[in-house]
Amino acid sequence: MKAIGYLLQKEFLQIFRNRGMLPIIFLMPFIQLVILSNAATFDVKNVAFHLQDLDRTSLSRAFREQFTGSGWFLLTGESFAEGEAINQLVAGKADLVLVIPRDFEKELMSGAESRVQLVINAEDGFSAGVIQAYSNEIVQAFNRTLPAVLPGMQSGPAVREIVVKSSAWYNPELRYSDYMVPGILVILVTMVGLFLSGMNIVREKEIGTIDQINVTPLKRYQFITGKLLPFWIIGLGELTLGLLIARIGFDVPMLGSYPLIYLVAALYMLVVLGMGLLISTLTDSQQQAMFIAWFFMVIFTLMSGLFTSIESMPHWAQNMTMANPVRHFVDIMRRVMLKGAGIRDIALPLSILTADAALMLALALNRYRKVSN
Amino acid sequence: MGTAISLDGVEKSFGAVPALRNIALRVDEGELFGLIGADGAGKTTLIRILCTLLVADDGKAEVLGLDPVKEYRSIRSRIGYMPGTFSLYEDLSVEENLRFFATVFNTTVEENYELIRDIYSQLEPFRTRRAGKLSGGMKQKLALCCALVHRPDLLLLDEPTTGVDAVSRREFWEMLQRLKKQGITIVVSTPYMDEASLCDRVAFLQEGTLLAVDTPEGVTGLFTAPLFAVRAREKYRLLRELRGFEHALSAYAFGSSVHYADRRRSASAGEIRDHLEKRGLQDIVVEPVRPGIEDTFMALMKQGRGEGDD
Repeated sequence: MKAIGYLLQKEFLQIFRNRGMLPIIFLMPFIQLVILSNAATFDVKNVAFHLQDLDRTSLSRAFREQFTGSGWFLLTGESFAEGEAINQLVAGKADLVLVIPRDFEKELMSGAESRVQLVINAEDGFSAGVIQAYSNEIVQAFNRTLPAVLPGMQSGPAVREIVVKSSAWYNPELRYSDYMVPGILVILVTMVGLFLSGMNIVREKEIGTIDQINVTPLKRYQFITGKLLPFWIIGLGELTLGLLIARIGFDVPMLGSYPLIYLVAALYMLVVLGMGLLISTLTDSQQQAMFIAWFFMVIFTLMSGLFTSIESMPHWAQNMTMANPVRHFVDIMRRVMLKGAGIRDIALPLSILTADAALMLALALNRYRKVSN
Repeated sequence: MGTAISLDGVEKSFGAVPALRNIALRVDEGELFGLIGADGAGKTTLIRILCTLLVADDGKAEVLGLDPVKEYRSIRSRIGYMPGTFSLYEDLSVEENLRFFATVFNTTVEENYELIRDIYSQLEPFRTRRAGKLSGGMKQKLALCCALVHRPDLLLLDEPTTGVDAVSRREFWEMLQRLKKQGITIVVSTPYMDEASLCDRVAFLQEGTLLAVDTPEGVTGLFTAPLFAVRAREKYRLLRELRGFEHALSAYAFGSSVHYADRRRSASAGEIRDHLEKRGLQDIVVEPVRPGIEDTFMALMKQGRGEGDD
């Protein structure tokens, strides 16, 4: 125990003397939370909108006003020649083109139906989906106003329609920061665990001190504990800092319990530290370790459901994410913070995390040897 | 006196490259034992096997009467190891490094202060300085202190004086002599042949093979051919002429002169001078000299390469 205590003391001494790294450790949560959670939003605002109103009647004007007045679309131009609208789209001056046909009003007045054309720039498939959804909503809203303005329909029986009224649960105002912040906290903790721990042990290899340590009677578990515990503590410290910023700075709700979050985080840190240790046993230099850690970090983050929803991934990819610890911790953080989930609600992801932790640590401990060949 | 290290038929290869071949060696307790050899001779590999960091492919080894593979743990708490490159924590201070190594060996600096006092007293003024900011000689002293802090029975030093200035080197060897008096067995590797004469016994290593194991006097006794120190005005021509001489065993530059060994027991200085004069060299001085360790090592190396007869 005394040896571990002294190892810990030594590690913290070294970490706090590392002038290059220390500021990053404390600045990282602020920078990541402030930049990422504000920049990463699924809202599509101010879509460049090009109009081609070939009808130019009062009804067509009413229709276009529905679009321009929605707040989502920004009229950037208008044209009347066929083909011009598409040029605008190709030139990148518009992401949405609305073409109202020549007989728009006449056809509606005569009780027939009319078709309008929407052309959406779908380079970014996600935004295109959102734009389409907005447009559909506007068209439907416009349809509902038609009986009041069309003379032919006034005398008809009142149309009974089903109105879908949606309300967003767990995030009623659809605030994206509420959704992003819990996930970014996970990335924060992951980076500390994966990079710092892996790098630290490889550094001892690089400067040769690992040989000195290896010839001491220090036991394997003592050395590993002494190496990993500091980053476990720093990781949980970062989480605390991040949670404080989330609550105070971003006003993210916290409906669940803090002890539960810390329990999961404590377990999750073991997974990441185990990975860090495993990487450090497989590499000889900090450069190699950094590269491998980044490889996993990118895959884990992209496949975590933090930025893109897992439900929209192909099936094979969805299955792959089941092994991704980041996915489960992001999931748990969101559920606990925004829905107030209890330990029973998160039993499945929690047990997968436990299995991940056991697997990683077992692999890493097995690989770490005090004798080389 | 007991045996500190005994090796028999030890082999080690890295892939297809043999690093040690059939090494048989005995080091007595309390001995100051030198491993001499050029870079790449296998010194480091041998020391790493002795300090249980490497496992030999074949052969029998005993360190302090223990098996380096099965009982490595017991060996580790009784040896002090100083690797070839400075490998202490450069971002920790002198004192912190020493304290750290004392603690991991379950001891305290105070407990064995007596042993390291001599060396540590020179470091004391820099107690709070980071190890990375020390001079080369000071770094070596600190590393030695850290290797000694738990009072090991056996000290394994891998090229401790490489890259250290001449004064620090001499000081370092004086320290080793004092440690020897305290009863610590010391195995030290070095590429400097002049350091060999400071050891009780030396082993010459070349390309993984032991060429000779003996006392420095015993080693020089292996050199039986008559040896002369020859000087002349044109040194390079002198060397060529001597090598071309029909009775030459070997001729090589040695300091300001050329050391020349003759095949014939009866060779005389006058005869060699006559030969050189005939070849037109000037200011010729030929003196018989006693072979030193370096001469012996050169001769052994030549034999080892199979060039002994040309």
